[in-house]
Formats: sequence, C-alpha cells, structure tokens
Amino acid sequence: MFNSVTHSAIFVLDQDEAIEFYVGKLGLEVRSDVDLGFMRWLTIGVPGDAREILIEKAAPPAVSEEAAGQVRDLLTKGALGLGFILSTDDCRKTYEELSAKGVEFSQQPTEQPYGTDCAIRDPFGNHIRIGEPPAVEGEITAEVMKRWEEENG
Amino acid sequence: MTSDEASPRGRGQATERSNRWLLRARDAMDRDYAEPLDIPALARLAHVSEGYFIRSFQATFGETPHRYLQRRRVERAMALLRTSDRSVTEVSLAVGFNSLGTFSRTFHAIVGESPSAYRRGRVPQPVPSCFAMSWNRPATGLRIPDRQRSVSDKPASALKP
Repeated sequence: MFNSVTHSAIFVLDQDEAIEFYVGKLGLEVRSDVDLGFMRWLTIGVPGDAREILIEKAAPPAVSEEAAGQVRDLLTKGALGLGFILSTDDCRKTYEELSAKGVEFSQQPTEQPYGTDCAIRDPFGNHIRIGEPPAVEGEITAEVMKRWEEENG
Repeated sequence: MTSDEASPRGRGQATERSNRWLLRARDAMDRDYAEPLDIPALARLAHVSEGYFIRSFQATFGETPHRYLQRRRVERAMALLRTSDRSVTEVSLAVGFNSLGTFSRTFHAIVGESPSAYRRGRVPQPVPSCFAMSWNRPATGLRIPDRQRSVSDKPASALKP
C-alpha cells in the first residue's frame, strides 16, 4: 500500500535558529525553504538521504495562540517525545565533534546490543538520537531466539 | 520585569527560556548521574540561584532536582541489576551513590523492595536505552506497573528462603 516515509516533522521556536543548529552544527542540508505566504515551508535532510524533516512553528492561525503556547511549553520542557534518529558510522567520533561545537548531549555514547547510541537536545528541547549499528549485523538469529526461549522457560 | 515580560507572549517567552534552561540541568542529571552532581552546579546550568532552581524545577517537572536525580540513579541501578552480574555494592557506586546504606534505603523507598530482591527474576530488555531510561524511571511513591512488581504481593522479605 505504501512505499516509504517521505517526511516527518518537528516543532521549533525559531526556524532560522533551527537552520543554524541542524545545518550549521549537525551538517544536515536545507531541502526546501519556501515562503508560501501563509507559512514558511522549511525542510531539512541528511545529504544523500531521501527523507525530509519539516521544521514547523506552532503558531496561529494553524493552531490557537493558547494551543501554540502549550506546544512551546511542552517542547521546551523536553516533553514532546522523540524527534528522529540519525545514523552514523562512528557514534563516539560524532559525539566528540558535536561536543566541540557546543551541542548539548542528554546521553553519552553507550554500547548496546543494537549498537552504540547517544542523544542530543536541539536548541528548543527536541530529543534527537544518534545511533551506530553494531559491527556484526544479524546477531539475533533463529538460533539465538531459540536459546532465549529455552533460557526463559 | 522587562517590558517584554509585561505582555502574555512576553511572559510565555520567559517561561520557555526558563523551561529550556531547567531542561539543560535535567539532561545533565540524565547524562552525568554517576558523577557527584550538586545543586549549585545544576543551578548554574539553569542560570538561576540555588533556591530558585529547586522551586522552579519542582514547578516545571513536578519534583525536586534531588528527587529527580535519586530516581534516575535508581532507574540506572535497576538496569544494571537486570543486565549485569555486578554486586549490589558495585552497582550503587556505579550509579553515583556514596554509600551502600544510602543506596539500599533509597532503592527500597522508591521501588518497594531491596536491590537483591529486585534482581531475582528480571531479564534484560531489548529496547533503546533512552526509552528504557524514560519509561523505567520509577514513579514517585510506589506506583510501579504490575509487571515490574515483585513476583509476589508479599513483602520482599517474605520471599527469602
């Protein structure tokens, strides 16, 4: 029925500041930056990757001033949930490079069964994760699943 | 108060700045829970005085910074108890507690059972750590989801052989 996810979206407080962060610090690129009159259609993406992320402001008339205030309140409290997950070949190196640029981390690189990952905050409170796949792919084989079932009775 | 803060939108912006600075301090607790974090350092991250930091953190996130850090450390201890074979003492030090006694009291007060009783029967959870950290951080009081409870409704002491 569907082919792919083409766009996802995050809320920000300021679109120019979002470009400074996502393009200037994280190295993403602007895909569309169009003044539609009623809104600024701003999308970003990872160079070479098809997916785009809409950088949207919560503001009237799309939502009421009251609702926009609630969104901004939740956003800056870090309560809006996961923005998206970026993949990298080297999580620790990325952590060092972004730390040097003053990017705020909410989790240091951590080894996990699914790879190595860490987490950052964007300037507004969005939770963005950075993940490095494990060196050996396909570790959870049928054999592993069988062993887990046996171990767990 | 600046003229900016006299309008509703200005007050909203002031709240949003405050939220974001407090979130920076909360992130520091999530990131560096194993370090000897203190209120003065966290208050500096939030650009406010110590007293105001404690009050505004509680107003914003629903609990004091000290309590937030305790529950973060206990959550990380719960994860280590589930996924490693390190001793309870090692776990307590690894998550930032200075003494086993304080760790055990805090853990029991928050989780409702002792660290060693909690460890029995738990298995590793195959989900990204951030979600484990968010969703396993023990709730205030004893509102632990049913599947997280001890294997019996009896007090943990009754489970000992």
